[in-house]
Amino acid sequence: MSYIAKPSAHHPALPRNALGLTRRDYEGSMSTLCAGCGHDSITAAIIEACYEMDLPAHRIAKVSGIGCSSKAPTYFLSRSHGFNSVHGRMPSVTTGANMANRDLVYIGVSGDGDTASIGLGQFCHAVRRRLNMTYIVMNNGCYGLTKGQFSATNDKTSPSKKGEANPFDAIDLCQMAIQLGAGFVARSFSGDKRQLLPLIQAAISYKGFAFLDVISPCVTFNNHPTSTKSYEYVRMHNMASENQLDYVEPMEEITTDYAEGTSTSVELHDGSHLMLYKVDGGHDPRDSDAAIQTIRTGAAKGTVVTGLLYVNEGQVDLHDVLGTDERPLNEVPMSELCPGSKALEGINARLR
Amino acid sequence: MSGINDFVIKFATVNGSGSASANTMVAKTLFRMGIPVSPKNIFPSNIQGLPTWYEVRVSEAGYVARRDGIDFMVAMNPQTYAEDLAEVVPGGWLLYDSSMPRIWPRDDITLLPIPIAQICAKQWKDARQRQLFKNMVYVGALLELLSMDLEVLKGVIGDQLKGKEKLMAANLQAVDLGRDYAREHFQCPLPIRARHAESAKGKIMVTGNDAGGLAAVYAGATVCAWYPITPSTSLAEGFEKYARRLRVTKEGKRLYGIVQAEDELAAIGVAIGGAWNGARSFTATSGPGISLMSEFLGLAYFAEIPIVLFNIQRGGPSTGMPTRTGQPDIISCAFASHGDTKHVLLFPSNPTECFSMGAEAFDLAERLQTPVMVMSDLDIGMNDWITDPFGWDDAKAHDRGKVLSAEQLEAFKTAKGQPWGRYQDVDGDAIPYRTLPGTHPTMGAFFTRGTSHDENARYTEDGRIHQRVIDRIRRKFDTAAQIVPKPEIDIRDKNCRTGVIYFGANRPAVLEGLDELERAGVRLNAMRLKAFPFNEDVKAFCEAHDQIFVVEQNRDGQMRSLLITEADVPGTKLIATLSYDGMPMTAAFVRKAVLSRLHPEKAAAAE
Repeated sequence: MSYIAKPSAHHPALPRNALGLTRRDYEGSMSTLCAGCGHDSITAAIIEACYEMDLPAHRIAKVSGIGCSSKAPTYFLSRSHGFNSVHGRMPSVTTGANMANRDLVYIGVSGDGDTASIGLGQFCHAVRRRLNMTYIVMNNGCYGLTKGQFSATNDKTSPSKKGEANPFDAIDLCQMAIQLGAGFVARSFSGDKRQLLPLIQAAISYKGFAFLDVISPCVTFNNHPTSTKSYEYVRMHNMASENQLDYVEPMEEITTDYAEGTSTSVELHDGSHLMLYKVDGGHDPRDSDAAIQTIRTGAAKGTVVTGLLYVNEGQVDLHDVLGTDERPLNEVPMSELCPGSKALEGINARLR
Repeated sequence: MSGINDFVIKFATVNGSGSASANTMVAKTLFRMGIPVSPKNIFPSNIQGLPTWYEVRVSEAGYVARRDGIDFMVAMNPQTYAEDLAEVVPGGWLLYDSSMPRIWPRDDITLLPIPIAQICAKQWKDARQRQLFKNMVYVGALLELLSMDLEVLKGVIGDQLKGKEKLMAANLQAVDLGRDYAREHFQCPLPIRARHAESAKGKIMVTGNDAGGLAAVYAGATVCAWYPITPSTSLAEGFEKYARRLRVTKEGKRLYGIVQAEDELAAIGVAIGGAWNGARSFTATSGPGISLMSEFLGLAYFAEIPIVLFNIQRGGPSTGMPTRTGQPDIISCAFASHGDTKHVLLFPSNPTECFSMGAEAFDLAERLQTPVMVMSDLDIGMNDWITDPFGWDDAKAHDRGKVLSAEQLEAFKTAKGQPWGRYQDVDGDAIPYRTLPGTHPTMGAFFTRGTSHDENARYTEDGRIHQRVIDRIRRKFDTAAQIVPKPEIDIRDKNCRTGVIYFGANRPAVLEGLDELERAGVRLNAMRLKAFPFNEDVKAFCEAHDQIFVVEQNRDGQMRSLLITEADVPGTKLIATLSYDGMPMTAAFVRKAVLSRLHPEKAAAAE
């Protein structure tokens, strides 16, 4: 299958954002994924998020690994540079890209095979490095492109389409991310755009490592009645009400009114706010232990806890750790980078 | 042969005993007396306890290859007494710690017993001092025996103890104890000894890894990612050391980023990400790291991303000999990664070239939009070399290659007569124009991928397009052949149809070997390769000679294979001349290999 471009013409009356751009300007080429694939819904949410946030698309870099999920960046933000790297290695490529230019927005897209198996090490270390990026896992519990093998996030209780049992326990990427020190950790569902959209917006605004595990059913290989990554199962077992979130952009006024004692406002680095409100016994998402407990308790009951699970307001990012200049390193002129012949004479003298 | 300013001294010590810095002081003192030295650190893969050696060849004539036949052994390690004794040439000397009685089963050498442990035990109370100063006691004895300059030694010790000046007096006291003992008990100086000379004047003493790290600073590299592996580790550390000194703003902000990655895969991934985003980016590794980086190298090749990789080669296969040298990665680097790949390689032969070629590698990588590998090795990388000082031409701008600014993008179609496409060969040199993320709001964005793509970076499964694109990338190699460093050709006899091809760290051994052969009446022409792909000069040299010794440090003659497949040189005229025991090559090896082939009778007579 070859690259399919979308026609660039669009209706003149389409609404425009603050940059004068329409949603269409944030789209990519035609998706080549299966009809109904959860990944396409996440793609749509990313487009919506960037459009609503008035992000200049060329200031975003899309990075991915290999697999169905990693193809997705072709289908959004055609005005952004993208990099479809090698299997499981998106985190290292994004690390280098971010080191070179700290001013761009980095959206990394990966899958459950790409992140929880071949790229597990790279994932862990990107979290550990506090890389300032949004890391989205389009999680369907299986390997789509190679025709439906189990991935490491597939629940042990969830057999394959042919009925084979899954012999191994699942890796819970959200628990892992919290444990490794990710500053922003959320789980969502591709079938719940209302929840997903503010989470993506908040993740993009967050300075530090923002992790989004989005359950995204594979309609071809893992959407059967006994699968725990199917549309039906997730709809039935989604505890989305646990913690709800509104994303408030930097310039916007906070207008939503929540009942006393149930809401918390978290200010992000760029001046935007997260309005968190708890419903019945939800955990405080600033408490990492409580977050892990909520995920584990839910999983034991067979429910999928979604929403913002954990946020650390004060995370430093890799550049803070490295002490790099405020300017993007790729913009520092050679005259400042190359010490020149005079300094070299001094170095030679020391080696005599 | 041995004599004044011409001898080999070897130190046999225990790893972790503090001997390394004392031994370096001896080498540095001789160097500062103006005498070329070539110290070789022969160390175990260990931090403490295993035997380690430090060999210093002293040669006023400037022959700095390793030389067999130890004139003077400092035998400080009982574990290796037997082999150390056996290595001393007849008529040579062996200095040892005679605190414990010891019988040496040889009567053709002179023993120099010094009760070093007893001297130290008498002088110092602290166990650590007693241990460390043992080294300085033998340094003191050597000073007298080899008539080294005390004032020069003091300067060297002073430099080494910068920041720890209060240790100076005790160190000098230990030196004095050694000197006094030697003067009282031995005939000083020995026939082999040092005297001030001129031939090392103006040179510097430095390791190739230090030079490579400095090269990356001068080349303007801002992203470095690496994973610790002997013998490349000190290159990344060298970069950090110099960057810390030379690349920090007045506000204390760093103009560089270094990440010690979780493995070699991540290290090269970081470099690729940085280079994709327009920062000069590099990594440093050794053999096993090359294996791990191979997949990513294919991506960088196919997606045309300019990274620099320093490969400090060591003995393989597998983990092999991590602390011994070799040139066994020629083929694996030239063709690293699956599919049709080929990479540009540079072969520095000393630290000066690690600096110049290391910096040039970044220009070549960005000009050619492809990975460039600097093929150093453990000998160049980790040993101190007496070498020409580093030079830098401030007037010469860094070549950043074909990267379009927003204005250039807008003007592209008018200027070039066709719209911009990431992989379009507009100039006929097979090198396309690239754009960096964030350059222009509506132009120049594309999707970088390792899957097959057309000239506009769009995914394709059309075999004709695929073939067209990889053919164009291959043609880029023709451009590369024209701009990589040319070989160094040494025609000693215009009529001679026999030649030698060599590269890298073998340079001193080959040059000395050729001199020795010339003295024996055998004159050969020589060519030192500096780069792959091979250019026309390489082919011309091969055509002009009927038989060519290809001297290299691996088992299978990898450079020879490359000359056959990539320069169409008939294999029948290329004589594999191979040394792969992990030790730096000697001139004797080269001389014997050539003689035994060309003049077996002379070879027999000479031995």
